[in-house]
Amino acid sequence: MQDLGIRVLFMGNNFIRLLKGLGVALKISLTAVILSVVLGILLGMVMTLKNPVTKCITKIYLESMRIMPQLVLLFLVYFGLTKSFGINLSGEISAVIVFTLWGTAEMGDLVRGALISIPGHQYESGAAIGLTKLQIYRYIIIPQTLQRLTPLAINLTTRMIKTTSLIVLIGVVEVLKVAQQIIEANRYTVPDSALWIYGTIFFLYFIVCWPISTMAGWLEKKWKN
Amino acid sequence: MDTEFIIKYIPLYVKAAGLTIGLGIVGIFFSLLIGLSVSLIQYFKIPVLKRIAGIYIELSRNTPLLVQLFFLYFGLPKAGIRFSSQACAIIGLSFLGGSYMAEAFRSGLNAIDKVQEESALSIGLKHGQVMRYVILPQALSLSVPGLCANMIFLIKETSVFSVLALADLMYVAKDLIGLYYKTDEALLMLVIAYLVLLLPISVAASFLERRLRYAGFGN
Repeated sequence: MQDLGIRVLFMGNNFIRLLKGLGVALKISLTAVILSVVLGILLGMVMTLKNPVTKCITKIYLESMRIMPQLVLLFLVYFGLTKSFGINLSGEISAVIVFTLWGTAEMGDLVRGALISIPGHQYESGAAIGLTKLQIYRYIIIPQTLQRLTPLAINLTTRMIKTTSLIVLIGVVEVLKVAQQIIEANRYTVPDSALWIYGTIFFLYFIVCWPISTMAGWLEKKWKN
Repeated sequence: MDTEFIIKYIPLYVKAAGLTIGLGIVGIFFSLLIGLSVSLIQYFKIPVLKRIAGIYIELSRNTPLLVQLFFLYFGLPKAGIRFSSQACAIIGLSFLGGSYMAEAFRSGLNAIDKVQEESALSIGLKHGQVMRYVILPQALSLSVPGLCANMIFLIKETSVFSVLALADLMYVAKDLIGLYYKTDEALLMLVIAYLVLLLPISVAASFLERRLRYAGFGN
């Protein structure tokens, strides 16, 4: 390997193109994350209701989202919807829909877990010192719930970013697709470019996800007591 | 719905499911091995290995399996390291799963109070015996829910193996869609296949979790 394949990264605007590809993936995952957090909080609150009907429906939704591989869900939305209902969605939109549906389920379960982990005496003590219902939530329940929830939600974010790499399989031009294009274009001039390009993507994902998951771990430790 | 089509291609799905499960089981086995070793290395704080284990966990947890597989399957051959599709699949899955299993084992080990180790030592057990009779049985039973969740996660992750040209469930479904344009039937069978594979594991896991809750001692 006298002729290092890494130079392909710096030819033309290859590196910028890779970063732009990663940007596409990140944009999709962050859109889905934001939607999932909002919808997940609502779902989590619904899941704590004692109503048997909502309990059953949310349980089925959660389990079916959890048990299906995300790739299968992507196929269902991207290929299935088009064929059965004639709804023609782009890969990006399908990805946002799927990751939002899945993320909402996961987030909902985290919110439910955080809500039920607050012991009943917290509500009762709050009421006993004369706080109104609103004040109990505002000053007692929500701050504690957020402390438990935030590290878990951040971890979910990294999971969603990692899972977004699957969108290349439904034809979205993201970082892996750009990589394939670059490798094919330089097949004859730089035959070993694949090693360097895929290695670079490996570290790009690492650079994106590592700070986020480190922050989650740090917050978890800080708020433990 | 074309039932004739479905019946005709069921054997294809059964074969593909066999491949998915086969690779999944081997991958899970190695993940458990890696996970247990890594968590024990971290538990005993073995000097140099601890560092390496830490780096491994961060690398494996913060990168997607798909990217790992692309690197293994398309990248490494350019450096003269060539693996078959199956080997790549198993290496990738074990690399990913090892760190997840390690976290599950670690949380089990950390949940055991220091008092237990000290009391065991004070009644005259040797260090090996403390591990064998006191720490590990409790730690393992505490980590079972995490381990089960990881197993389901890893079997789900096998769905990306089709990029390695392995004829797994996704590959078969995509093939049938491409060849016959029977999208509905192919996708329906795909969903059913994954349900048949994963639902029993998920039910068994929640059953096991309920049984093992009794194993928790003193709290």
